[in-house]
This record gives sequence, structure tokens and C-alpha cells, in this order.
Amino acid sequence: MAASPENPSKNNRVIEWVDARFPLIETWNYHMGKYYTPKNFNIWYAFGVLAAVVLVIQLVTGIWLTMSYKPSAEEAFGSVEYIMRDVHWGWLIRYMHSTGASAFFIVVYLHMFRAMLYGSYKKPRELIWIIGMLIFLVLMAEAFMGYVLPWGQMSYWGAQVIIGLFGAIPLIGEQLVVWIQGDFMIADATLNRFFALHVVALPLVLVMLVFLHIVALHHVGSNNPDGIEIKEKKDKTGKPLDGIPFHPYFTVKDLMIIIGFLFFFALVVFFAPEMGGLFLEHPNFEPANPMVTPDHIAPVWYFAPFYAILRAVTFDIWFLDAKLLGVIAMFGSIILLFLLPWLDRCPVKSIRYRGNTYKAALAAFTVAFVMLTFLGTQPSTPLYTLLAQIGMFVYFAFFLLMPWYTANEKTKPLPKRVTKGSPLLSFPFSSSDRDS
Amino acid sequence: MSTAEMVNHDRRRFLTASATVVGGVGVAFVAVPFLASWAPSERARAAGAPIEIDISRLEPGARVVVEWRGRPVWVLNRTEAMLASLPEVVGDLRDPESNESQQPPYTQNSIRAREAMPNIFVVIGVCTHLGCSPQYRPEIAPDDLGPNWKGGFFCACHGSRFDLAGRVYRGVPAPTNLVIPPYTFISDTRVLVGEDSEAA
Repeated sequence: MAASPENPSKNNRVIEWVDARFPLIETWNYHMGKYYTPKNFNIWYAFGVLAAVVLVIQLVTGIWLTMSYKPSAEEAFGSVEYIMRDVHWGWLIRYMHSTGASAFFIVVYLHMFRAMLYGSYKKPRELIWIIGMLIFLVLMAEAFMGYVLPWGQMSYWGAQVIIGLFGAIPLIGEQLVVWIQGDFMIADATLNRFFALHVVALPLVLVMLVFLHIVALHHVGSNNPDGIEIKEKKDKTGKPLDGIPFHPYFTVKDLMIIIGFLFFFALVVFFAPEMGGLFLEHPNFEPANPMVTPDHIAPVWYFAPFYAILRAVTFDIWFLDAKLLGVIAMFGSIILLFLLPWLDRCPVKSIRYRGNTYKAALAAFTVAFVMLTFLGTQPSTPLYTLLAQIGMFVYFAFFLLMPWYTANEKTKPLPKRVTKGSPLLSFPFSSSDRDS
Repeated sequence: MSTAEMVNHDRRRFLTASATVVGGVGVAFVAVPFLASWAPSERARAAGAPIEIDISRLEPGARVVVEWRGRPVWVLNRTEAMLASLPEVVGDLRDPESNESQQPPYTQNSIRAREAMPNIFVVIGVCTHLGCSPQYRPEIAPDDLGPNWKGGFFCACHGSRFDLAGRVYRGVPAPTNLVIPPYTFISDTRVLVGEDSEAA
């Protein structure tokens, strides 16, 4: 051991020199060496780290793609084919980027679901949740604009539909659409500005929000599957009894999970980069044609649940027509997620100790969300529209009725200290040996 | 006197507020060029010239698609049977009189076309819902559109339906009828889209 984790600067003059000029050891200890993490984490707690890994993959592969991509309506499609065929390893870098987009949403959706399982959005972590939701919003904008860049049929018509959403806004809608497009139709100007936003503006915002997300998390400390605060039970030196330092305990565990994740990631990149049309849709292998809409327009799978809600509104209410209502429902379904910390009035955080009503509600919501995801990728038929309307009803009921069905929940008594939980979900090796 | 007593809080509040207001006005002015630069450029504005279409070889029931201002414009030569079907579907339409829809005044009638050539239907082929281009489906009662289909336009994106005058059906997401561009006949066989004598 060259340096102990308690004082890594010992006998290292370079670190001493830096530390006199920059809070190196202090920062390291605050975020890693002395950041006490609940020892009862299970596999659900890996998705935050995995999201960070995917972010790095997207940044690196994205920078490499810009070196060969041409952001113009004339050349964009051809330059993507050029990357795929003529640029050395271009196919690999592009497939890593396109697979990374879907992987990002997979881990982010699971990360958010973890928060719903264990009440991670509740006091004192409301701001972490809000910042996280902002990350989710920016990520959706980033993914949408990235999908436009190859300038295939789906890029073009997807952009047409999504920008068209703003046209539903009364009075200013039409002008707003022209302003966003930079032309009277989706054109070169649109592609060019989406490129600027996709590669410069939004990634900067994204990285900044991720930084704030982590700063807020490390200020209040992580939640855990038992939903009790480990900071309430400390030893004589002020360390949480159920906490273990993030480094080396969780850095090592996370490293193992990252290796497992990369195994599956590589599997998709090499053997199923299109994922049967889910990750890269078939019409996008045709260049954009403003004269012909593909028979079946579907968003990429990660937008599908919200798209299904948009489409499910086929009725007018009062003076609001179906088009505007659909847009309101779609944005409303996302805004409701922001309000989750205040809609849920149950003081118990973890699903392990919550009542059956919430468990049933969360199960129904999960089924509805998965069903909407499927329906959003399918053509609209009367049966599917009806199913989407049912799914939408469950989705909204889950949030809007939450203040009532969580108010007087029959909860189970909370444990005084964290428990081991299900062996199925626990990490492959236990960390309970440091139970002091 | 301590420092706290020496501070004139009113003066400080006034200076902070006035500096904030002046600075805020400056930020608002600086934002103008950045926001305005997103609007269509002069070159994009200039690119919207009218186009001429030859309809001499357009068979009854046939449709041509031409590009005008980057959008598809359809010219359909409607048959007698198609024109006869228009009054039959009125009961199922959302806006049969085209009161809420966009069209030049000379096409706000039951056939949504100039009276001079009622069979020639000129329309922008962009769904008023979210901008997909609907399909031309002239056949009567096909399997996928149901037994009441009298021919028209079907948007596969979100299932909106329009009749052969571009009028929207009830119970679909599109709110208004298809938009009709300004057009005029410069001869029996040529139509000019994008310009009309009335509007000039």
C-alpha cells in the first residue's frame, strides 16, 4: 500500500504540492474516500453509474462522428453512409453512438423506476429528482435532434411531427413552427441548427445538470432499498453505522457491473445494432423525401409511451380540439413526473414497507407504461387506440389520484437499521462484513 | 460607528434595483439578434415563387404531386362519381362548410375548387394534424378503411381521414380541412399554383 485511503497524500510530494493550491484531497474524500454509501444497495443502484458510463460513450463517439459528418440537407445522408462504408471503423463508432442512445434511455428509465420503488424522490431528495427530470427532458431533446441528423425518411418526418406539436399552440403556433424550422418547411436550416444544438449546446447543459445532480446527491447522501436514513445512526467518530466508503467498496462493485453492462452493449453493437428496427428504424435507410410520408411513422421506442398518449387523444373537449389536447396530454404526462415528490404523501419511502394500494398502483402504472411503449411503435387501429386510451387513463390516474391513495396508507413498521433484502437482487458479494 | 450603522440600506436597495433593471433591459436587447436569427433567412423567404402545372394529360381520377415551397401540392382530376360522392359524406364531416379551414375565398364552396373547373382539385398535401402527407385512397370501401369509405385521403401517421374535397372527418386527430393554396387557371390546360388574380 503506497497510500492509505485515509491520507493518500502521505509521502507524495506532487499531491502535497497540488493540495496546497487546489482542494484535491478534500474533494476526493467528500465524493469518494469518505462518502458513506448505504451498505445494503442492490442491483437497482447501478443504473446511475451506468448512465454516466453511457454519457461518456456518447460524448466520445459523438465527437468522432462529427469529424466525418456533414450537417447539410444535400450531404448529410451521404456522409452517414460514408462513415458506415469508407471511414475506418466508422461503422463501429456510429453503431456505438446509435446503440448508446437506446442504452441511455434503458438505464435512465430503470434509474427512474428505482427512485419510484424506493421513494428516492422524497424529502430530502426532491431537488435531486427535479434535476434528474431536467436531465431526462434535455436527454429527450438531445435524442430527438440526433435522430434528425442522418436526414433519412424517419429523421425528416419525425421532425415534421415533433415540430408540428408546437403548431398546436393557439395564436402563435404557426409562427413558432416557422421560427423553429428557420424556413417554411423542415429544411437545410433546420438540420443545421439541430446539429449545433445536438453537438454543442445540449451536451454542455447535460453535463452541467449531471454535475448538479451528483452535487445534490452527495450533499444529502444516497437513499437505499430500506428507505431509512443511514445518517441517523452514527458511531462515535460520526460515520454512519450502515455506511461504507464509496471508494473502494462501490467503485470496485460498479466496475464489475460496468464490465457486465459493456458485455451486453457490445453484443448489441456487433450482432443487432438495428435491433430489428427498434434502435434504427428501417425507413431511415432511405434519404429524406419531403413529397412522400412513409406509410407508418413511429418514433424510436424510447419516445413511444409519450407518442402513444399524443395519439390516444382523438376527441374534443369543450373548445379544445383533439390536436391541442393531445399535445397537452403528452407534455402533461411528463410534467406530472416532476411533481411526484409532492403528489406522494406517504412518509414511508421504500416499497418494502409501503401498503398494498401503492404496490398495486405502481404495478398498474408499470403495465400501462410498457403497454403504451408497445402501442406507440405500432400503426393506429381502432383496437390499439382504445388500448392506448386505457393506458393513458391509468398513467394519469396513477399521478392525479396519488395524493388520495397515499394519504392514509397502511404501511409496515420500518426497521431501525438497514436489512439484507432479497438475495436475488443483492450484489454478488456481500459488504456486510464491515458491520461495526 | 460600526460598519453596519454606516450602510444606507435604502440607497443600496435603490442602486441594486436600478442596476438590475438597466442590466435586464440590456440583456433583453442583446437577446433580440439571437432570437431573430432563428427566423427564415432572406434567401429562404425569396424561394417561394409560384409554379405552373400542365393538366392536359391528367386522366379523370388521376392525381399529380408537385413541389411548391418545399411541400407537396396535389392536383386531382375528379370524376363525376367522385364529385357526386361529396354531398353524401357531409354528415360525417367536422367542418363541411370550411368555416374554420384555410382556403382562398373562391374555393370556400361545397367542392372546394374554382367553379370554372370543379373537377380540378388543388390542395396542399400536408395533414393539418402534425404535417404528414396523407395517402390518396380513391377506392370505395377497402378492407382497411371500412365499408363507409367513399374515397378520399387517409393519413397513416395518426389515422386522420379526409374526403375528396380535402374535408376532414369527425373523430380523427386532424382539426381542420386540408389547406388549399392560391391558384388560378392560365389556360384550359395549365394551372398556376401560388398566385391568383383576386388576391393581387
